[in-house]
Amino acid sequence: MLARSALRSARSAGAVARNAASKTTSRSSSTSSSTAEGAASSWKTNALPAGATAFAIGTVAWYYHLYGRNVDAMTPAEEGLHPTSYPWAHEKWHKTFDHQALRRGFQVYREVCASCHSLARIPYRSLVGTIMTVDEAKALAEENEYDTEPNDEGETEKRPGKLSDYLPSPYKNDEAARAANNGALPPDLSLMVKARHGGCNYIFSLLTGYPEEPPAGAVVPEGLNFNPYFPGTGIAMARVLYDDLVEYEDETPATTSQMAKDVTEFLNWAAEPEMDERKKMGWKVLAVTSVLTALSVWVKRYKWAPIKTRKLVYTPPIQTKSPITSKLPKPDQKS
Amino acid sequence: MAGLSDFVYNTFLRRNFTMLGTVFVSAFALQMAFDTGSDRIWDSINRGRQWKDIKAKYVQAAEDDDE
Ligand code: HEC
Repeated sequence: MLARSALRSARSAGAVARNAASKTTSRSSSTSSSTAEGAASSWKTNALPAGATAFAIGTVAWYYHLYGRNVDAMTPAEEGLHPTSYPWAHEKWHKTFDHQALRRGFQVYREVCASCHSLARIPYRSLVGTIMTVDEAKALAEENEYDTEPNDEGETEKRPGKLSDYLPSPYKNDEAARAANNGALPPDLSLMVKARHGGCNYIFSLLTGYPEEPPAGAVVPEGLNFNPYFPGTGIAMARVLYDDLVEYEDETPATTSQMAKDVTEFLNWAAEPEMDERKKMGWKVLAVTSVLTALSVWVKRYKWAPIKTRKLVYTPPIQTKSPITSKLPKPDQKS
Repeated sequence: MAGLSDFVYNTFLRRNFTMLGTVFVSAFALQMAFDTGSDRIWDSINRGRQWKDIKAKYVQAAEDDDE
C-alpha cells in the first residue's frame, strides 16, 4: 500500500517536473522566472516521502517501546546493587599480583574466613613460591592432620599434613556447614572471584558494604543481614571485617577496606593462580606474532611486486568484416 | 661487504648440514635472548610485586628463627 502510493507520488512528481520544464521553456523568452512556483511544487514533492519517513521512524520507535527494552525478571533489590568498579592494579594487562598483598590476604583468610569457608582447591604446595617459603608452608601443613592410606585392616590413621595436601575445610560436609550456619551454606571460596558477576569488585563491595543499620523500609528476614550488594539484600553472612581485626606481620594498618582488598586479591589468586604467567606469556606471544605478521606482509609484497607493477597492453584485433569501414580510405591503415 | 656475505654464505649456508646447524643454534640463541630480555622488562614493570622481590624478607626471617 505504502509502496504503491509512493510509486504514484513519484509518477506525479515526474509530471510536475515535466510541467515545470515545459512552462519554463514556453516562457523562455520572457524575463520573469518561475522560482516561486518551483519552491511550491518541491514542498509538495517532499511531503509524501517525509511523511513516510516519519511514519517509519514512529513505527520503529513504537515497536522498540513495546518489545525492545530490557525485561528484568528481578526487581532491582533482587538483582542486588551493582558493585563499584575499583582500579585494581593486578587487573591491568601488564601487572602481576602484588604478592605482599597476597600474603596479607591469606592471613586474613586464615584468621577470619577459614572458620566458615573452605578453600578446598588450594594445596599447600601452590603457596610455595607465591605466598610463602617452603619451610613456612611445610610448618603450616603440619599443623593439620590428614587421614593416611587405609592399612591391611582398612583402618586409617592420622598423620601430619604434607605439601601435597589441600587446605583443610572447616566442616566435615555441607550438611554440617549448613547446620552450623542457620541453614545457609558458606560457599567454597576457591573459585569465588570467577563465580560471581563483578568478580573482585563484587567481593570487595560485599565485604565492606554492610551498613550500620538497614535502611528504613528494608525487610530483613530473621537470621539474615542487610547487604545491598547481595542479590536479594538479605545475606546469611554477617559483617566479618572490622578495623584492626588482624595484625599484619608487615605492619600495614589493618583497616576494614585494607583487609577486604587483600583478601579479595588473594581470592583472585586462588581462582587464577596462573595469571602472572599467563599475562607474561600473552605479551611474548603478541611480540612474536607481530614480528611474524610484519614478515609475512613483507614477503607477500615481495612476491607480488612483479605482478603489481607489470603493464598490460591490449592491441585490438583488426576488424575485417565491417563492409563500409573497410572500403573507406584510412589515414594510416595498419596491415 | 661482499667478502663478509661470501664468508657467511660459504661457512654457514652452503652445505645442508651447516645450514641446519646454523638454524638450530640461532633458534636456540634467539630464544634465550628473547626470553631473557622479555623477563627483564616484565620484572622491571612489576618491580616489588612478585614473590622473588619479597622472598628475601621471609627466607632471612626463617634462618634467624633457627639460630
Ligand atoms: C561466620 C561464618 C562466616 C565467616 C567468618 C565468613 N563468611 Fe562468608 N559466608 C558465610 C555464609 C553463611 C555465607 C552464605 C550467605 C548466603 O548464602 O546467604 C557466606 C557467603 C559468602 C560469599 C558469597 C556471597 C554470594 O554472592 O553468594 C562470599 C564471597 C564470602 N562469604 C566471603 C567471605 C570472606 C572473604 C570472608 C572472610 C573475610 C568470609 N566470607 C567470612 C559465612 C561466613
